[in-house]
Amino acid sequence: MANIVRAIGDRSIRAYIDPERGTVSRELYVNDDIFAQELEQIYQRCWLLLGHESQIPNPGDFVVTRMGTEEVLMVRDRKDHKIRAFLNSCRHRGMKVCRYDEGNTLVFTCPYHAWTYDTKGKLVGVGFGNYANAYTDTLPTGSEEWGLVEVGQICNFYGSIWATWDPKAPSFQDYLGPFAESLRHCLQSSDGEDAGLEFFTPFQRHRIPTNWKVPGFTSVTDLTHTAMTHRSAQAAGLHEDRGTGKETAKPFPQEKYAIGDHNLGHGGMCTFYDQLGVPDYANEWFEPGVDDYFRAQTERKKLLIADRIMPPHGWGGGHFAIFPAVMVDSWRIRYYHPHETGITERWSLFGVDKNAPDHVKDAVRHYAERFNGPVGFFESDDMENWNYVFPASQGATARKYDYFYRNGLGHGKYDDRLPGVVVNGSYTEEAHRARFSRWLAFMEAKSWDDLYPLNKSANHNIWPGVDGQASAKA
Amino acid sequence: MVNVGGKQTMLEDLILQHELEQFCYLEARLLDERRLTEWLDLLSEDLDYWMPMRRNIKFGDWDKEFTDHHKEINWFDETKDIIAGRIRQINTGVHWPEEPVSRFEHLITNIEVVSEDADGIRVNSKFHVYQNRLQDEINQWVGRREDLLRRDPDTKFKVVKRKIILAQNVMLPKVVNTFF
Repeated sequence: MANIVRAIGDRSIRAYIDPERGTVSRELYVNDDIFAQELEQIYQRCWLLLGHESQIPNPGDFVVTRMGTEEVLMVRDRKDHKIRAFLNSCRHRGMKVCRYDEGNTLVFTCPYHAWTYDTKGKLVGVGFGNYANAYTDTLPTGSEEWGLVEVGQICNFYGSIWATWDPKAPSFQDYLGPFAESLRHCLQSSDGEDAGLEFFTPFQRHRIPTNWKVPGFTSVTDLTHTAMTHRSAQAAGLHEDRGTGKETAKPFPQEKYAIGDHNLGHGGMCTFYDQLGVPDYANEWFEPGVDDYFRAQTERKKLLIADRIMPPHGWGGGHFAIFPAVMVDSWRIRYYHPHETGITERWSLFGVDKNAPDHVKDAVRHYAERFNGPVGFFESDDMENWNYVFPASQGATARKYDYFYRNGLGHGKYDDRLPGVVVNGSYTEEAHRARFSRWLAFMEAKSWDDLYPLNKSANHNIWPGVDGQASAKA
Repeated sequence: MVNVGGKQTMLEDLILQHELEQFCYLEARLLDERRLTEWLDLLSEDLDYWMPMRRNIKFGDWDKEFTDHHKEINWFDETKDIIAGRIRQINTGVHWPEEPVSRFEHLITNIEVVSEDADGIRVNSKFHVYQNRLQDEINQWVGRREDLLRRDPDTKFKVVKRKIILAQNVMLPKVVNTFF
């Protein structure tokens, strides 16, 4: 475990956040020591998103993905067809054993000395292994131990594939806590079928010159940025809601909140539904026939969950985030991989109903391509803001002035509908603060034993003023 | 140079090559001089403007290199309407990655006339797009284009199809807010 950073003025890591003032030091975003420590304390322990099973449907299929700064191979085994994940680094000298983005293979052979691994990660051959005294035997002694480094745990959650390096981490279900049902809901097709989405290939991957927490923490649940950041898209009539023929939805009892789980770090802009069933479909697509499809799907979904209340989830351009940096709304998953203190790679996956007709898939794909990422109408504006907060926060002067995270501080309430989650006004920074509660817990924890939910009595909420149940102050 | 129509004289070929070069240079100049709505007028109403993503592939797996135009995620997959929307957005003056406005330079080279038939004229070219903005931000895109142009009484040619082949895997510039 890395040592706790004691950087400027010998501050403990806790002193970088001032809960009473509602502020966070810029050091969290610009300090290389803190970044290095995050890779140990957060990225070595948390469950991270690898991708989706639909990217590797056949035995022997693989795709190169990432866990933080490191490349990981997500592979479907040729024999048992299970999905496994390995560090893309040969055990001999550390060369990448795979340099293709994706494909189908029998084995991964390192281009350096031909160390060769099967799709279970097992070392099955080495170059010159049959020569006298080479490697002592035909394979290195104890070759069972010299397989590719495998993740500590892996989980297929309704088609989405997640992994953690830490074998002692809680199960992914427990890691999600009350958000499990929300994530499950977002991975359903529009008629409510579980794991009913497939995801367009490939990943949309692009670099953003900023710290990973800028988009990962601050911008995933940031309703106050929309009007200013996205002014140009609004002014040019490029509405994110996709269609000029957008209808106003029929009233359906619901409440919209910024929510944050301070123990788990998840949260976002979520709608809570106050009535059984599913709201009526409202038109929103330009392309002919697409609304007809989604209306019919909605009618099927109504029948399927008529007697239940839908789990809270993102709404109309809203989304929630799974700690540390996965942003989820229905059918769209965007996540952030740290590269360096000031360089982040953003990956996006765009889902569509597996069984949708081609004209619907085309419309969804076009929306994905045109609104998202570095070319996207909407997100290109985000990139500029996310980029330039970094150099403008980095200077010796700038880094002495803390960021304001006080918006709505003290007005949150616990809510029985999502136990443990603090609910606050939709334009507040409740979700941001929950992220910092969890961030600090990870940065201080010696192991998962200190962290919720393995430590059931932990209360990681550092911020004052939550009504109802006890806050960390109590 | 090819005898594209099969019946032109060498002089006609030279004139066509010259006209196409002038058209490519005009496009570049309009883009660099921020005359985007004039550039838009050089695109046909049935435009198909496509920039696929490019995979790292095994030698020989050529059919897997580019993302499928109609089934996968591409960088650009545009109609003229969508490009018009992008231009409206830049011209609002509040599109932050292009405000303050950038200094773009589009260098177009290797202009080759491939063929001419009833569909139009197929022209290949290469580009090096340089963007300099604010104090020290530099972004560059290098690649080639495979165009289908149609003769036009007003603008001489219109772009009907453009496949933009970018020499890039992960998109390294944070924003792509120019055209190619």
